[in-house]
Amino acid sequence: MAATRSKKSKVVSYTKWGYIFLIPFFLVYFAFQIIPLVSTIYNSFFENYLSGLNQIGPNFVGLDNYVELIKTGDLLKYTGNTLIMWIAGFIPQILISLLLAVWFADTGCKLKGEGFFKTVIYMPNLIMASAMAMLFFTVFSNIGPVNQMLKGMGIIDNPYVFLDHTKSAIALVGTMNFLMWFGNTTILLMAGIMGIDTSLFEAAQVDGANGSQTFFSITMPLLKPIFVYVLLTSLVGGIQMFDIPQILTSGEGTPNRTTMTLIMYLNKHLFSKNYGMAGALSVMLFIVTAILSLIVYRVTVQPDEY
Amino acid sequence: MKKIKSIVALVLVLAMSLTMWGCGSKGGSDTSDGGAKTDSEGKTETAEVNATDDGTVLNIYCWNEEFQSRFKDYYPGYTEDSSDSSKGTLKNDLGEFTVNWVITPSKDNAYQNKLDEVLPSNADASADDKVDIFLIEADYALKYVNSATTLDVNAIGLTDEDTAQMYPYTKTVCTNTDDGTLRGVSWQATPGLFAYRRSIAKDVLGTDDPAEVQKSLAGWDEFDATAAKAKEKGYFMLSGYDDSYRTFSNNVSKKWLSDDNVIQIDDALWQWVDQTKTYTDKGYNNGTSLWSDDWAKDQSEAGKVFGFFYSTWGINFTLLGNSLADAKGEEKVGNGIYGDWAVCEGPAPYYWGGTWICAAAGTDNKSLVADIMKVLTCDAEVATKITNDTQDYTNNKEAMDAIANSDYTSDFLGGQNHIALFAAAADKINISNMGPDDQGLNESFQGAMKDYFTGNATKDEAEAAFYKAAVEKYPDITAPK
Repeated sequence: MAATRSKKSKVVSYTKWGYIFLIPFFLVYFAFQIIPLVSTIYNSFFENYLSGLNQIGPNFVGLDNYVELIKTGDLLKYTGNTLIMWIAGFIPQILISLLLAVWFADTGCKLKGEGFFKTVIYMPNLIMASAMAMLFFTVFSNIGPVNQMLKGMGIIDNPYVFLDHTKSAIALVGTMNFLMWFGNTTILLMAGIMGIDTSLFEAAQVDGANGSQTFFSITMPLLKPIFVYVLLTSLVGGIQMFDIPQILTSGEGTPNRTTMTLIMYLNKHLFSKNYGMAGALSVMLFIVTAILSLIVYRVTVQPDEY
Repeated sequence: MKKIKSIVALVLVLAMSLTMWGCGSKGGSDTSDGGAKTDSEGKTETAEVNATDDGTVLNIYCWNEEFQSRFKDYYPGYTEDSSDSSKGTLKNDLGEFTVNWVITPSKDNAYQNKLDEVLPSNADASADDKVDIFLIEADYALKYVNSATTLDVNAIGLTDEDTAQMYPYTKTVCTNTDDGTLRGVSWQATPGLFAYRRSIAKDVLGTDDPAEVQKSLAGWDEFDATAAKAKEKGYFMLSGYDDSYRTFSNNVSKKWLSDDNVIQIDDALWQWVDQTKTYTDKGYNNGTSLWSDDWAKDQSEAGKVFGFFYSTWGINFTLLGNSLADAKGEEKVGNGIYGDWAVCEGPAPYYWGGTWICAAAGTDNKSLVADIMKVLTCDAEVATKITNDTQDYTNNKEAMDAIANSDYTSDFLGGQNHIALFAAAADKINISNMGPDDQGLNESFQGAMKDYFTGNATKDEAEAAFYKAAVEKYPDITAPK
């Protein structure tokens, strides 16, 4: 015993400090992630809601909530809506961000006022999503500036009701998501590009590669890890899309629930504090998110990387 | 592989033990809650009155400033805090009180959520936090009136004589359907009328005289014919889809829910759907939604809408405000279309809105609450004064009949005595088919049908969408098979 102790004391170990410094994170993670997650799963097996002022339940109902959810058959529709709106925002977002990131990171471009532009494109992300949605709601309303402009130019006679048409409603949500997030994505991608060894670019230049060859053969392959990270975080965020369509359509997902996302559907169940159904929906959402993330991860990250 | 197995095992064990721990604590607290609730409910039903008189703080829960301004102007002894309008002091024969206003806007059900949170445990709240008065609207009144959270107003000191002059429907709204006790009183009655633009009526019908215009709007057939005429002249008959909703929904022949909680859509509501679809397709309405900006704009000088269904408060407050060109300017002829409006009964009697005062079970200011109710809702003098000051229609038959028969005129309505029309309409209101979930169901129905009107869904799809939304809101009701 004494021998081992003396042996240990010869080497100063800092390992324990690592664990000690990690404790706050795990405490917070436990209190705000694990406990809610477990209680959500637990609640999903119960009938538990308010009828007027009367609390119904909690009564254990097994998988009834899940059966009910699947029977209604709308889950796929709302998942589809969510993904469509995410894609509508993500595709322009990733294209513009890549372009901007390459330009910003390219020392040959010698962009002036780079810091200024970086700040400006990040700005929309600082606005609350709800404020952004309110702004768009007003700008694209029947008597809003967009309709007045279109009318003034003689393009339309009667105001075009943007939120009464599925395509325009989705386009509005996509545009907002794009505007809010392209700055953030640009900065992430830029960090990725700047992490690439400049000697590779120089070598390509020496070999006579043009801009697009450099981009597709050097930048893109080496940017992949960051690219996957951006795709994954955006996908997970996209599945949880809520505030923008919620405020834009007053929570109804108009027209005819074609802009209703999964979380908006979840929110519908909280009108009567229906924790059982909301819990079941959350669990399914969790599973869907996990599966989608896995698929994206598998598809984009090949094991024979580098 | 071994490592992965052991990690998976660890996670599973953790998850299981956590779940059990969660079950234990959560399940336990829930059952004790449930038990306490039934107990207290049972007690309040049988006990005399769940209220005392030893409080010094009066807490009032409401969703806007309307009642606050009435209270300030017409209840003697109240002084508002100069720095904070949500606080004030009250000094009268009953003592000295601090008054707290807890205002929660009703949007997204927030106000009811707030009430649901505090009312059930009000009796156990600390003395200064006890809710004493809360206000409710007709559309969800029964939810509270039929529960143990409201006190019988007769039990706290109002007599049948005090409430004798109130319009019967205002009492029905707040009558507990099980024991027939009155659980809330209102200072206003809200009969609805049809408010039309005089200039447009002249153009379309050749007259702006309310009696003559009424002849062209007396029933839905006449109303439709007038709508066609208005369209020919380039006007809209109504602004939006929901404008005429209440004239139909107040005249239904059955409740929203059958006795075994199955949704039943009344024929009158289908009539509204068919009419609105026709109006939308033929361009008789302007496709707006209630309370939206473009709906409000239709009520201003730029509007091309023949008229609006509005009840009492809507005319002297909302419509008047929307019709002014200069919102901050003096309210007189020449400011926007002030004076270009008139009212007539329209095709069917209805009411819209109204605010009821309820005494919360567990209040510690019983006598004060009763006195406030008495002064603001039972006193003919106060009622007359409110109507003369604000053009609002108050809940006192005697006082209103007196004004109706007087030479009272409204400049805003081009010199018409609209109180006389209100007095006639107020007696016709029938609310026997009201239910506790009306608000949510009406909103869902209007929302779902809007997709039918705009062509985004067929009638059957819209109906199915309504059932879906309704069951989401109220899990204990079912859609018809």
